[in-house]
Amino acid sequence: MGKSEIPDPFKHKRETTGLGHFNDQNDPVTMVLGLKDVRKCAHNWKTFQSGGEEVGRIVVPSEVAIRETRQIPFEVDPPEHKGYRDLLDPWFKRPLEPAYQEKIKAIIIGVIDEVIAKDSVEVVEEFSLKLQSRALTVLLNIPYEESEVWINWGKHVFRSEESDLDGEKAAILYDYIDTQLDKAAVNPGEDLYSVLLNSEVHGKKMSKEEAKGVMILTFAGGRDTIINAVTNSIAYFAEHPESLERLRNEPEITNNAVEELIRYFSPLTHMGRVATEDTQVCEHALEANSRISLCWASANRDERVFETPNEVVLDRKVNPHVAFGFGTHNCMGATHARQIMNILIGCLTEKVSSMSILSQEDNIEDWQEFQRKVGYDSLHVKFIGK
Amino acid sequence: MAQITFIDLNKDSITLEADSGSLMELAVQNNIEGIDGDCGGVCSCATCHVHVAESDMAKVGEASEIEQDMLELDDNANEFSRLCCQIQVSEDLDGVTLTVAGE
Repeated sequence: MGKSEIPDPFKHKRETTGLGHFNDQNDPVTMVLGLKDVRKCAHNWKTFQSGGEEVGRIVVPSEVAIRETRQIPFEVDPPEHKGYRDLLDPWFKRPLEPAYQEKIKAIIIGVIDEVIAKDSVEVVEEFSLKLQSRALTVLLNIPYEESEVWINWGKHVFRSEESDLDGEKAAILYDYIDTQLDKAAVNPGEDLYSVLLNSEVHGKKMSKEEAKGVMILTFAGGRDTIINAVTNSIAYFAEHPESLERLRNEPEITNNAVEELIRYFSPLTHMGRVATEDTQVCEHALEANSRISLCWASANRDERVFETPNEVVLDRKVNPHVAFGFGTHNCMGATHARQIMNILIGCLTEKVSSMSILSQEDNIEDWQEFQRKVGYDSLHVKFIGK
Repeated sequence: MAQITFIDLNKDSITLEADSGSLMELAVQNNIEGIDGDCGGVCSCATCHVHVAESDMAKVGEASEIEQDMLELDDNANEFSRLCCQIQVSEDLDGVTLTVAGE
């Protein structure tokens, strides 16, 4: 296996039953694996809901035991969902503005300059986490220095060495957001906390609990995913210098390359839903109140849709991937993520001549039937500047 | 050179000229309300959905199977639906009218 390869462990099940089964804390999850089935279920929010009473249950592994605040708009379904989404979409589309992109570019050039000087760089902590944290200050419109706090939290906000779910670690984030919202309530500014607290949704002022739900989602949804996308990109370009060279010569294919890398990496393996009625998926009966997951990672390797699904085809032209989800609840941070990837590629071609992998420890998720590499626990790389 | 008319979400009619690229790129460059093109034109996001005028359907052509699969799950889709990132500008498209599909 190539060092940067992300294998597809779902192929056999996807081609036979179309389903997988994961026993999550005695609350089983039926994993939907085919692209068309995933899209159909994601589209059908009435039967497969996100906004049920049990907060945290659509996340896999379930966060029911460690979270009480409803993430917004993620754990709200239409019609209420639309009010939140309409309010938030303009803020989360700011990455399309040139001034925003300039700030992200300065941040990425900064982290590249930091690593080029070193003999060996641990990419997850010293590159991706820093890049993700600093870029998040731009999304939230708060001072750059605040990223130091988040970098010091380390790689995982919910996970510890011992466990995939760690309530005490999660509490650090929740308490932090409480404090920031309290500060913004007293001294409002131009940041996302203040904007939320001063906004109206569904005809009344947004509550602190609602704002907290938006902020938790923003922090949690945009952390491991971006860290994996960035780290995996570094590993890929280190192992495939010809790809970096091609992008240097053909910058016009950068957008295709971003979509293709995101398809191939699928930084979020899957996301759950709860059935509101007795139903079926792939001729498999599902009882009301049971859980399914929409397996983006498997769907993105569906050979019925993608030619050579396990290869990175940098200029893949038709690429109907679901790495950012699909339908009502598609990723709100996708515009930010796409800009980061786009600008990262541009900056690497500008400033880096080559990279070499010195050592690595793969991050393998354990979904019982499936062992999936999603990224790296650590990745040591030597960057050579131009 | 082809002249393309978009009818945006506000029902405003905007006629543009182009000789290359996709119709999604043309719409985004000219800030046509309702065409976002989030995925940049790889048929992944369905934010460039238009209804082709019935009389122009022969000029524009039908959606590919992959595009049809995307449209099938769009509540505003009808027999005239296309994702305009999948339509390349050419002289053959001169005079075509596209209505941005509403929410």
